[in-house]
Amino acid sequence: MKYVDEFRDPAAARALAARIADEVDPARRYAFMEFCGGHTHALCRFGLEDLLPPNIRMVHGPGCPVCVLPVGRLDLAVELVTSRPEVILATYGDMMRVPGSGGVSLLTAKSRGGDVRMIYSTAQAVELARDNPEREVVLFAIGFETTTPPTAAAVKAADAAGLKNFSVLCNHVLTPAAIDAIMTTGSAESRARLDGFVGPGHVSTIIGAEAYEDAARKWEKPIVISGFEPNDLLNAIHLLVRQTNAGEARVDNAFARAVRPGGNAAAQALCDEVFALRDAFEWRGLGTIPESALKLAPAYEGFDAELKFDLQYASRPDHKACACAEILRGEKTPVECAVFETACAPEHPLGSCMVSPEGACAAYYLYGRFRDAAPRLAAAE
Amino acid sequence: MCLALPAEVVALDGDTATVNLDGVEAPVSLAFLEGVGVGDFVVVHVGYALSRVDPEIASEQIAAMKGDAAADVAAAYGES
Repeated sequence: MKYVDEFRDPAAARALAARIADEVDPARRYAFMEFCGGHTHALCRFGLEDLLPPNIRMVHGPGCPVCVLPVGRLDLAVELVTSRPEVILATYGDMMRVPGSGGVSLLTAKSRGGDVRMIYSTAQAVELARDNPEREVVLFAIGFETTTPPTAAAVKAADAAGLKNFSVLCNHVLTPAAIDAIMTTGSAESRARLDGFVGPGHVSTIIGAEAYEDAARKWEKPIVISGFEPNDLLNAIHLLVRQTNAGEARVDNAFARAVRPGGNAAAQALCDEVFALRDAFEWRGLGTIPESALKLAPAYEGFDAELKFDLQYASRPDHKACACAEILRGEKTPVECAVFETACAPEHPLGSCMVSPEGACAAYYLYGRFRDAAPRLAAAE
Repeated sequence: MCLALPAEVVALDGDTATVNLDGVEAPVSLAFLEGVGVGDFVVVHVGYALSRVDPEIASEQIAAMKGDAAADVAAAYGES
């Protein structure tokens, strides 16, 4: 595939790895957080950590919207679709198997008679509302800035079509707020150990490279925006090593083929019109973060499912054995979770990080557990 | 969730493009992009085109990664 295969060229990958090895200072250790779950999966899938010098450690970040959605928000959707027979809950497939309170997922809710429909695009949710005028269609909207404009487009389309039976249970969250939260929650020790960030690629097509300037300056950490192919990531890590060695903290746009400095102005304008900032929002692992999420703007309140169905949010605890919170803060790796691969596996997940195709636990389970098995067994003995 | 792929635009109909992704054709909304033409590559996410792939920057990146050690990958790859 054009613009995919070229960035997976093994010879170029080896050359990039050699350059990284040439430039690292053997006397120091490097820790870089890849913010996106998509980057975590690319690192694991292509075995990139094996190409890096041993003194570079990749810390997996919270950039997986399915993973950071707290149990209480999922419970709202489960309770809505199981208590109101008129509701059709439309959701992306990623959300279906995430366990809520008592292990009840949207798939469980569906098996108990709740009308949950899996969609590929928000336009399908609007079509459902048009085709089912006697029902109430609720779009369970989750995602970072990448996924927000399609939700805004759906609200505008429903508004233009005069659809009164369409609403959005809005869980859209903001990347810069999460980077700030990483730098202000968790242990001071783990924060100080971070030398820089691999910045989101697809989020940045919307918000632009300039959106990270404040964070780079404020936290004095380099941020390098990267695409999702293996050579993109190796290149981004190379740039991070360079900045770290030079003591710099700049935003580099290493995904410039798709990311513009100011992002996508049309998408931003649409989101500004349809959404407003929430005062605060709870994230799994990061706690309640001020101004970190969106709700429907006053002009579009008629499409706000929380108002329409009088939904009251309550914080609910994660499964006791689950270490998703620490993993999302970059304080633990999946293999350090007591239930990884035993009680918690993709077929029977306890936590969101094992379910999501972007979750760190799913990445380790799919690609990393055999590599990690030998040292773990040795440590156990 | 933020998964997206570059796909080639093979036909246009108003705000909707047909893209070809490795042989699979699908409709994609161009609501957030202006000036997209047939033959352009766009980054597609949940049925929407988020940005256009800049072919010049892409080929510079590819050339730099294939080049010998003398080619400065970092510079060509868009240090801002």
